[in-house]
Amino acid sequence: MSAMRHLLSMADLDRDDIEQLLNLTESFTEVSARQIPKVPALRGKTIAWLFYEDSTRTRLSFETAAKRLSADSMNFSVSSSSVNKGESLRDTVETISAMGVDGIVVRHSGAGAPHRITQWTDACVVNAGDGWHQHPTQSLLDLYTATRHLGDLDGRRIAIVGDIKHSRVARSNAIGFAKMGAEVTFVAPQTLLPPSLEGWPVKVTHDLDEVIEDIDICYLLRMQLERQEQSVVPTLREFHEEYGLTAARASRLKDDALIMHPGPMNRGVEIAGEVADRPNAVITEQVTNGIAVRMAVLYLLLGSGLDLVDERADVA
Amino acid sequence: MTTTAIKGGTVIDQTGTRRADVLVTDDGTVLAVGEGLDGDRTLDATDCVVSPGLVDLHVHLRQPGKEEAETIETGARGAALGGFTSVVAMPNTTPAMDCASVVREVIDLAADTICDVRPSAAITVGRDGESLTPMAELVKLGVRIFTDDGTGVQDDRLMRTALEYAGSLAHLSGGQPIVLAQHCEVNALSEGTYMHEGEWSSRLGIPGQPSESEELMVMRDIALARLTGTRVHFQHMSTAGSVAMIRAAKAAGLPVTAEAATHHFCLTDACCADYDPLFKVHPPLRTDADVAAVKEGLADGTIDAIATDHAPHTPQDKERTFADAPPGMLGLETAFAIANTHLDIPIESLLAAMSWRPAAIAGLQADHGGPIVEGSPANLAIIDPNTTWTVSGDAMASRSNNTPYEGMAVRGRTRHTILKGEAVVIDGEAQR
Repeated sequence: MSAMRHLLSMADLDRDDIEQLLNLTESFTEVSARQIPKVPALRGKTIAWLFYEDSTRTRLSFETAAKRLSADSMNFSVSSSSVNKGESLRDTVETISAMGVDGIVVRHSGAGAPHRITQWTDACVVNAGDGWHQHPTQSLLDLYTATRHLGDLDGRRIAIVGDIKHSRVARSNAIGFAKMGAEVTFVAPQTLLPPSLEGWPVKVTHDLDEVIEDIDICYLLRMQLERQEQSVVPTLREFHEEYGLTAARASRLKDDALIMHPGPMNRGVEIAGEVADRPNAVITEQVTNGIAVRMAVLYLLLGSGLDLVDERADVA
Repeated sequence: MTTTAIKGGTVIDQTGTRRADVLVTDDGTVLAVGEGLDGDRTLDATDCVVSPGLVDLHVHLRQPGKEEAETIETGARGAALGGFTSVVAMPNTTPAMDCASVVREVIDLAADTICDVRPSAAITVGRDGESLTPMAELVKLGVRIFTDDGTGVQDDRLMRTALEYAGSLAHLSGGQPIVLAQHCEVNALSEGTYMHEGEWSSRLGIPGQPSESEELMVMRDIALARLTGTRVHFQHMSTAGSVAMIRAAKAAGLPVTAEAATHHFCLTDACCADYDPLFKVHPPLRTDADVAAVKEGLADGTIDAIATDHAPHTPQDKERTFADAPPGMLGLETAFAIANTHLDIPIESLLAAMSWRPAAIAGLQADHGGPIVEGSPANLAIIDPNTTWTVSGDAMASRSNNTPYEGMAVRGRTRHTILKGEAVVIDGEAQR
């Protein structure tokens, strides 16, 4: 684990790696609860934010995590930068690297952009979302949140519902939850599923009602409203009826089942407005946990490199 | 008059295979074929086949418009090093080769190159699929192949019209058939995609296009070839379904021919696993089953020709994300070796698919594709099919280095190339 240089995909982590990260997250959750939620763990380290795609919550979460670790950060604003003047990805990355950064947190609309970037920099690269591909810190915060409520995820059942085809969150969580021993089911019409699920550790159904009573987690994905223009579903109303977590469906969930969503929510589309506010909906808690998870990731990649177990006492 | 004797090789052409020396003159003709010939100069062909020069139906030479990536001169040099004596330049230049002035410019730029570069021309003005180019005028300039390559003609009615009109132009081409070559891709199924749709695109999160994007247009154009009687040439066939449809169309006696690009019978979509845009190409790399079908199509003659779809791009254009980088890969200097290494067919069949059959499709039989007999044009490739070498993009003549075969060990390499009697490549070195 200490050899990990980048965090690009949940596929790169094994179960031990994930558990170690979740344990470290626990320590940083404690830090975040302090009156002054700040530690000097990354003092002197510089992190560049390279966001080619709009993001508010992920970016704020990473920035807060970095501040709580006392890291310096450098904001590469794509809209006002040389990227708009035609600079290649490689030149941009080499320019940032030349300023002496230790880490690059990247979000890009193109799948694989973080993989490409690792070839052009010595800095650690953290994938903050690449196209439809991966969003590993989202998956880690989801695993952390689920574990806090349900304990061990072995044998637990999670349904991931809605626009799976275009979702990096679904791709990350299918791998992440399966690695932690959970049974993952995708629930969507064929128009919202990847063309092939060959080799994926998931079951598939087109019928949410078939699984709603058996699951421990109902994970709803954001329905991108602009997809409507491509007629992937006939109407959002019909989508809500067939695949939304309506009040009627929510009442059929097991008592301790969690309702999760990566945000931002479309109330009335993938989730009924009132359902999002129920006590077993842990959606805002996911956001809170995101900071501690990202502290753990940044610390692990940019920290002293000493064995984590020895380090934990110091950081916490 | 200076003569060159090519000694010690095995002559292979459409008439057969025999041990023979070949004597050529610098006025461009074969003077003699036989044993123990001597000339003013000697080229050693020991262990080599002496073949009619290779012919490539499909290259992108980027001039005019993108000279930073390739020029007609550098592309022709790479072609000669690959054993090609003639290549057909695709019209997706900037501006497009869609009118007499641009086609004339290409002809002028190719006047003194070390490979015989023949321009194709676009089917539609600007390759935008809306109105026909002045085909009669372009045929009179020497164009024999029309294509909107890079995109397919989407409009059914316009494609029908193009076939009917092209079928009426043989009186302007000395009886040579005019060929409409199609890049088969139904845009409605492929817009916004960057690779083959399937297991790998799903896993990588890269938007993919299904095989059916290609196959629906193959199906339509077979129907239009039947309707109009005009020959359709299918470019870079990449799917098992396409190969099967062309096989059936040929069995039904329809006027269709087809080519396969080298990368489509040796690389698959699994190559995209590291998001390296060197493996991004249109049509995309497909599955093992498709590769097997393309090989079978080449073995049984369903696919007439091997083409390179040589598509140079500068390093900076490929140093982008998979989605942002342009599609295409180099092919001219590796084509014979890749085909020779990956296809399990006799060398006679391989040379047929790389020389005389494409020469016939492009209407070049008078100048290229043999046979090698006294009085025939001296356009020859002398190739050692058994030598192994390692591919290096930086070592190529191309202005770009985007080969997908970097570092790969391959078998078979051009030793000498003769164009119009001139030894333009000697011992693997371009002479000018």
